[in-house]
Amino acid sequence: MSATTLTPAPGTGSPGMAKNEVVARALGRRRHRVNLIVKTLCVTATVIGLALLASILFTLLWRGLGGLSLTVFTTATKPPGSNGGLLNAIVGTLIQTGIGTLIGTPIGLMVGTYLAEYGHGSLISNVVRFVSDVLLSAPSILIGLFIYQLVVEPMGGFSGIAGSLALAVLVIPIVVRTTEDMLRLIPATLREAAVGLGAPKWKMITLICYRAAMDGIVTGVLLAVARIAGETAPLLFTSLGNLNWSVNMSQPMASLPVTIYQYAGSAFDDWVQLAWVAALLITVGVLAINIIARFALRGRT
Amino acid sequence: MSSAMDEQRRADGQREMGEQQGRQSASFGGVQARSGSVMNEPRIAIRNLDFFYGDNKALKQVRLDLPERQVTGMIGPSGCGKSTLLRVLNRMYDLYPGQRATGEVMMDGMNIISPEVDLNALRARIGMVFQKPTPFPMTVYENIAFGVKLHERLSRAAMDERVEWSLTRAALWGEVKDRLTTSAMGLSGGQQQRLCIARTIAVRPEVILLDEPTSALDPISTLKVEELIDELKHDFTIAIVTHNMQQAARCADQVAFFYLGEMVEVAPAAQLFTAPKERRTQEYITGRFG
Repeated sequence: MSATTLTPAPGTGSPGMAKNEVVARALGRRRHRVNLIVKTLCVTATVIGLALLASILFTLLWRGLGGLSLTVFTTATKPPGSNGGLLNAIVGTLIQTGIGTLIGTPIGLMVGTYLAEYGHGSLISNVVRFVSDVLLSAPSILIGLFIYQLVVEPMGGFSGIAGSLALAVLVIPIVVRTTEDMLRLIPATLREAAVGLGAPKWKMITLICYRAAMDGIVTGVLLAVARIAGETAPLLFTSLGNLNWSVNMSQPMASLPVTIYQYAGSAFDDWVQLAWVAALLITVGVLAINIIARFALRGRT
Repeated sequence: MSSAMDEQRRADGQREMGEQQGRQSASFGGVQARSGSVMNEPRIAIRNLDFFYGDNKALKQVRLDLPERQVTGMIGPSGCGKSTLLRVLNRMYDLYPGQRATGEVMMDGMNIISPEVDLNALRARIGMVFQKPTPFPMTVYENIAFGVKLHERLSRAAMDERVEWSLTRAALWGEVKDRLTTSAMGLSGGQQQRLCIARTIAVRPEVILLDEPTSALDPISTLKVEELIDELKHDFTIAIVTHNMQQAARCADQVAFFYLGEMVEVAPAAQLFTAPKERRTQEYITGRFG
C-alpha cells in the first residue's frame, strides 16, 4: 500500500489550494491515514472469510480426492472393509432432490405469482408472505419432524417419498420469494403494453411476465436445489438413509448428507474416507450449481 | 336480471343527461365542438367524463371528439389529465383498483367505460403506444405476432405477411428484415419505439393512442415517428399526448389544451396556436405557466 505517494508533492497542488496549502496537505494526510485504516480492516475481514472457505475446500480436496475412485460411483455402500462405494447415496440424493424440486417449484411459482400479480396488498397475501418468510428461516429439522408426523407415521415407515416431500417444503418458500421479487421487478409499462394489445391477464403473466422474469426465477430454483442437496436434518426423520441399494420410493433411501452423517463419526477408516468423498462430491455439486446460477444465466440477459 | 335492467336504465339516464349537457355546452361554446371535424361523425365522442384516482378527481366533465382519421393532439402542463384521458379510452385504468371513470365515452354506440364492455376486444380496437419503448423480451417477429395471435388465427404465411405489413407501415421493415429472429431488446431506442407502433397496428386497431411517444427518443428517431404518424392517419384515428407544442403543431389536425383536469379548449392546430380563445391556453402556449 503506497498510499503516501498519492499526497501531492509541495508546489504541485492546484492553484485554488495555494492559499492554505499547508492545511490542505495536513488534511490530505489525515484522510489518507483514515482511508488506509478502513481499507486494512476491510481487507483483513475479507481475507479471514476467504481463508476459512479456502481451508474448507482445501481440506475437502485433500481428504476427498484421495478416496475418489471409480468404485465410489459404481458400488453401493457396503459393510466396513469390503470396498464399498456411494452409488446408492448419489442416486438417492439425485432422486430426492429432483422430486423435491419438481414438487416444490410449481407450488412456489404459483404462490409467488399470486402474491405478485393477484393478491395486491390484500390481507391474505400479507399473511401468506409472512408465513412463507417464516418457513424460509424455519430450522430444517422441524420440517423433518413435520413430515415425520404427516407422512412417515401414517405410512408406517421411513421412505424416499417422505424425504422428497420434506425437501419440497424447503423449496417452496425460496421459490415463492424469488418469484415474487422477480415479478415485481417487471416494469408496469411492460404489463400495460401486453394488456394494451388485448391480452387477458393470464396470458400477460404466462407469456410476458414469466418470460421477462425467467432468468431470476430459474436462478432462484437453482439456489433452492443447491440448498436442499446438502440438507441432512429433514432427511433423518423421513428417508432415514439406507445402506443397501434401493430406488424404491416407499422404502428408506440413502442420500449423500445422511451418509456423511453416518460415516464421518464411525470407527472404520474406509467409512470415514467415503464420508470425505461424499462431502467433496456434494460441495462440488452445490458449487457448480451456484456458479451456473450466478454466471451462465446472468450472461444470457 | 333486474339489476341488469337497472344498470341499463341508469346508463340510459346518464346518456340523456350527457346529451342535455352536451347541447348546453354546444350552445355556449359552439365553436370548439364544431371546429375539429365538420365532415365526419367523430370516431370517439367524450361527454361529461369524470375520472378519479381514489378520492382525487383527475378529469372534470371532459368533452372532446376524436374525429375519424385525424390526429388529435393533447397538450397541457404535467398532471393536467391528458395521459389519464388516454388511459380511460382503452380502459387501462381497470388494472388498478381505486381508479374509476364516470360519464360517456361513445364509440359506435357503445359506452367504452361501461362495465359490460369486453376489455380485450376493446383494446384490440384501441391500441396504445407508451412513452418508453416496451419491447417484449422475445424476438422482433414474436413481438409483432404476440398481439395478432391474441385475436386471430393466422397461417404461418399469413402471419409472415402481417408482420411484414406492420413493420413496413411502421417504417422499420428495411432495418429489421434481416434480424426478425433476434431479440427485440437489441434494437435501438428509436427502433424499439417503432416496433411498438408496428406491434400496435399489427392488431389492426381503429384508434391509436400515443402517450408521449417520442419523449424518450433522439431527434432523428422523433422525426421518423412524426412522419409515421402523418402516414398512419390515413388509416387510423390517432390521439397523441405530447409535452412538445411544436410536435403538436406539426402532427395534429386538432389540438386540445388541458389544464387541471379540464379540457379548456380544442381547435384546429393552426388556430389554437395562433389565436387561442381562452386566456389560459394563451398563457400556456406563450410559456407563462406549465
